[in-house]
Amino acid sequence: MEHITLLLAIVIVTALVFDFTNGFHDTANAMATTISTGALKPKVAVGMSAVLNLVGAFLSVEVAKTISGGLINEQGIRTEVIFAALVGAILWNLFTWLLGLPSSSSHALFGGLIGATLMSVGASGVNGGVVVTKVLIPALAAPVVAGVAAMLATKLTYRIGRNTDDRATAKGYRAGQIASAGLVSLAHGTNDAQKTMGVITLALVTGGVLAPGSNPPVWVIVSAGLAIALGTYLGGWRIIRTMGTGLTDLRPQQGFAAQTSAATVILASSHLGFSLSTTQSCSGAVMGAGLGRKGGVVRWSTASRMFIAWGLTLPAAGLVAAGAEFLTGQGTWGVTAVAVLLIAGSGGIWLASRRRPVDHTNVTEGMDAAAGTREGAAGSPAPAGIVTTAIAAVSPPPPAGVAQDLSATIHAPAVPGAPTGPAGEPARTATV
Amino acid sequence: MNIDWAALGSVFGVSLVTTVALVGLFTLGVVALARPERQPDTGSGAPGGATGSVGALRTAGACLCFGLCLAAVAYGIHLIVA
Repeated sequence: MEHITLLLAIVIVTALVFDFTNGFHDTANAMATTISTGALKPKVAVGMSAVLNLVGAFLSVEVAKTISGGLINEQGIRTEVIFAALVGAILWNLFTWLLGLPSSSSHALFGGLIGATLMSVGASGVNGGVVVTKVLIPALAAPVVAGVAAMLATKLTYRIGRNTDDRATAKGYRAGQIASAGLVSLAHGTNDAQKTMGVITLALVTGGVLAPGSNPPVWVIVSAGLAIALGTYLGGWRIIRTMGTGLTDLRPQQGFAAQTSAATVILASSHLGFSLSTTQSCSGAVMGAGLGRKGGVVRWSTASRMFIAWGLTLPAAGLVAAGAEFLTGQGTWGVTAVAVLLIAGSGGIWLASRRRPVDHTNVTEGMDAAAGTREGAAGSPAPAGIVTTAIAAVSPPPPAGVAQDLSATIHAPAVPGAPTGPAGEPARTATV
Repeated sequence: MNIDWAALGSVFGVSLVTTVALVGLFTLGVVALARPERQPDTGSGAPGGATGSVGALRTAGACLCFGLCLAAVAYGIHLIVA
């Protein structure tokens, strides 16, 4: 019993850390274009997004019925499986953040759940058809839908305003953009904080603390809302830079069209029964807006790195989760080992990010120069990282090796100093 | 495996129409408000734009556009809450 309680506590903390990385990763969706067009100052933008995420977490009382939307069979799921899935999702979120690539946090969580389930009960636990309908098709559709809408809207707004002075209209566009970005933030808080609430509730139910079918306790709602808001406020500046200035150069008209398209697609998709990923809708909208302006360009090298990351999200998170699930299956020491590896891995990634920090001071600095140096700087390590991950994803895994493989991919040199950084992070979330 | 093409199609259609309509409306509002300010700059604006009634008409039109956009935002919030 004691063991279960400890494991449960670890899972809850891990779920909140995932929630934190989710907010952190997805700030860009709402605020990247707002920051890059100068509609809001970077700190103001992330602050507003954080508040709206927090509000969003409390807005809807409907509990996320399933955490995986039918991807895996959640009947009789073990707490360790949830833990392993979260580990996979967190590490992938942090890794893509280090590379500055927007990728879907939901897909990372799905991938983690699939990988952990495969390792735990085998292929029978995973619904292959649902993977196609819930992940693959939406991943292809989201950027196209949002991109086409944003492109047409951009063309239209330039056509209507073609005789108008840009300076006179910029203020209006910025106001409109802020409204759209606010809607995206609110929707994000509602959807994604709820996902974490669902995970924690499921863990509590599997741990025998809550009766099946019960609503999440208030402390779960509050802590999930706070974790996502804190993550949002700290801001994944690397991803904001990629989305705001790396994919294309946005003017106020385009930023407005892109953000409005993203908000519309997100709301329409979640209410017409065909859920589309927020991240992919926003990235698609930004690219569409880039193509919609005469002379606008999309930097396809950045875009293709992003597409590769999207493709790898599910298998990579799944692979890590499978390795983690194998270790947790070994008993208490395995769970401890996974927790230590998670902390070491997160710390390593964090330390690596300090080498070339991106924050609110340089997030929009010299768009082209920044993009140029980033290409140059990240040029060598980034593809290497992706290739390593790809190789790891393709080779049939002797699962014990996976975790080691992973920590090797994510910076052997950084590990000695690791405990300081990450120890702070879970602790901080735990106090929340 | 059962792909819900109808839902995907309606998401595509609704998103496209709503986005373009909203952006169009908002742009009309912005342009309506902006044009009078432009005339002193260039002196080649719309003919007769300086008269009071036309200015009032522009402002009213802009208010209508922004009002419709606000209604859309309110509906969006309603969708999130519901």
